[in-house]
Amino acid sequence: MTWNGWLQILFTGALVLAMTRPLGAFLHQVLEGRRHVLSRPLGWLERLVYRQGRVDRREQDWRGYAGALLVFSAVTLVVTFAIQRLQHVLPFNPQHLGPVGAASAFNTAASFTTNTNWQGYAGEATMSYLTQMAGLAWHNFISAAAGLGVAMALARGLTRDGRDGRIGNFWEDLTRATVYVLLPLSLVVALVFVSQGVIQNLAPYRDVTTLEGARQVLPMGPVASQEAIKQLGTNGGGFFNANAAHPFENPNPFTNLLSMLMIFAIPAGMTHVFGRLAGDRRQGWALFAAMAILFAAGVAVTYRAESIDNPAASVPGVAAGAGNLEGKEVRFGIANSALYATMTTDASCGAVNAMHDSFQPLGGLALLFNMQLGEVVFGGVGAGLYGILVMALLSVFIAGLMVGRTPEYLGKKVETREMKLAMLYVLVFPLSILAFAAWAAVSPHGLVTLGNAGPHGLSEILYAYTSAAANNGSAFAGLGANTGWYNVTLGLVMLAGRFLMMLPVLAIAGSLAAKKPVPPGPGTLPTGGALFALLLVGILVIVGALTFFPALGLGPVVEQCLAQAGKVF
Amino acid sequence: MKSHFVTSLRMALVTLVITGLAYPLAVTGLARLFMPVRAGGSIVTRDGVAVGSLLVGQGFAQAGNLQPRPSAAGAGYDATASGGSNLGPTSRKLRERVTADMARLRDANPGAPGPVPVELVTASGSGLDPHLGPAAALWQVPRIAAARGWPPATVEGVIRSRIEGRTLGFLGEPRVNVLLVNLELDKLELDNLQPDRLQAAGQSSRMR
Repeated sequence: MTWNGWLQILFTGALVLAMTRPLGAFLHQVLEGRRHVLSRPLGWLERLVYRQGRVDRREQDWRGYAGALLVFSAVTLVVTFAIQRLQHVLPFNPQHLGPVGAASAFNTAASFTTNTNWQGYAGEATMSYLTQMAGLAWHNFISAAAGLGVAMALARGLTRDGRDGRIGNFWEDLTRATVYVLLPLSLVVALVFVSQGVIQNLAPYRDVTTLEGARQVLPMGPVASQEAIKQLGTNGGGFFNANAAHPFENPNPFTNLLSMLMIFAIPAGMTHVFGRLAGDRRQGWALFAAMAILFAAGVAVTYRAESIDNPAASVPGVAAGAGNLEGKEVRFGIANSALYATMTTDASCGAVNAMHDSFQPLGGLALLFNMQLGEVVFGGVGAGLYGILVMALLSVFIAGLMVGRTPEYLGKKVETREMKLAMLYVLVFPLSILAFAAWAAVSPHGLVTLGNAGPHGLSEILYAYTSAAANNGSAFAGLGANTGWYNVTLGLVMLAGRFLMMLPVLAIAGSLAAKKPVPPGPGTLPTGGALFALLLVGILVIVGALTFFPALGLGPVVEQCLAQAGKVF
Repeated sequence: MKSHFVTSLRMALVTLVITGLAYPLAVTGLARLFMPVRAGGSIVTRDGVAVGSLLVGQGFAQAGNLQPRPSAAGAGYDATASGGSNLGPTSRKLRERVTADMARLRDANPGAPGPVPVELVTASGSGLDPHLGPAAALWQVPRIAAARGWPPATVEGVIRSRIEGRTLGFLGEPRVNVLLVNLELDKLELDNLQPDRLQAAGQSSRMR
């Protein structure tokens, strides 16, 4: 670890903190349908979408909201599946790539619909430019916007005066998030990316003869436009197989910094949106603080682990002390690779600028645990806020049990129905991960494509299903996941991790929205301060640790002990 | 549900046209108009012929060239198959690969100072890393100088002149671009062309 490394980490964190309030204020205005700086220049586009979509703009109850979300997601999943299967007869395919296989196309359609952006395929060898733009980048926008909508629905349910149980209009949330936030920001960031060398064209791949006379084929494509929304929407699906480690996606330390800021921008801003909706900004900052504590712990563990030499690469004759550089790029080095990896697994982004599979056992453990906390450490766009709000409900409930009072959050009584739904939310996640990982670990289909032997192989499987259920999308990529079996099981886990978790959230939103807030009494737990932030951290860590520690023990922890003994498999 | 379905179809189409077509095509148009070189892959040319991209690493094996890191992209620096080795810290394959690379580098660099830098035995994440850290580049100076028949100080001067510092003084890591160093070495060779040097160059078949 170096001072310069810590300086970069602190600098990035400080910029995230500085962005939170202004961006949160803007998001609040946009998502609540108020006037803001872009109302005038882009209002026509919002109205055009409503008109062309024939949208019913009345507010919906939770069933109406969930119905619109589910049907829309199903339709868009089918469209992206179809584009992949038909890409050979569609335009923008200068490499004449054939149709994507059915299982892979299902996996990818599920992956991008659920904001996971798990890549079972290698982009440069599989996807036409049309598939990348209209099949995948399109989903980067709408899946992020849908996530924001669900977060707003829950926040509204918590903060509105109870009347009719209405929680907003899905189509309005979707449109406003896309038109005013994701689209203009992506446009600006994409052009900045191009100015740094991220490619953006529709040309065929370019043949060059290298200085030593070898042939090299340079892939081309509309990369910058996809890169911008991939970070901003915490999607993470790379244009190329190597994702943001690829120099055409992430050419220098400045684009790397910009990428990391984009990943955290909206999730951090959403905590401030919540504070504003609650009419008490400390409510938002308490959530932010809990997230920041877990982020700091994660990056410290990962940076420390990666600063140590890779045991498998430490053979006599190789210089010691440079840290674990296998799978890392020179321009980013140890600090930026560890920081990026922490942020991408905290937020459910899943873009990578270094190969997580080659991380140290404890570095990989921290990345796994970041995801297993439920993607609430800033988390996905929208998903981070609704995830931490469910955990906040759980926290006030547990605190209420301890002091023997009826728990309430922002004046809304938390009762049996909400807790049942919250437990459903909490249980779907480990159930999908552990059940499928266990199945894969004993099934020949699961074992045949492992990239590493020994305990690291188990970590690869565990990472894959964790990433899928958390809708993260990063991978221990040594696992060959482009098989029929993995494509289908991971696709199902991604769908469960998205929709089986969104439905209870919307049901809680509807249930809370119909409640009248009660004024705070002497027994009310204050939820806008440091005490609550620490309680929330404690609950998150305990739930995560109790659920996943046995599996983590058999994977990364055992591997750490064996690595220290110099063992290889 | 039926009304949801109709609205969903229409909204899917509208958002697809705006974010999946209009947006990337607008960025493509603007990029082509204002930043054609960067949008096209920062292609480096020599005598008008494209020899690679400034950003994408390429393989160098000759003793007189600065050599890059090992690459897990295809058979090595295959830009259509980007990726890392994905070998973990308890991987026997990784240890065997590192041991073999280390032995090869020691044999090829008898005059090199000190142990082999870690970068030269570890594969990058993309397999297309265009850079080396200054230490890993300077470590190769004796071999390059011997192969080209130059004083080591000349090679070292070329490498040092190509060191890019951290962005704003603290972001990222210092590095040299392997392709640019080798272009510079070749240029210097041609600029100072002397009969004995020409002969040496012809023998190592680097002249084309």
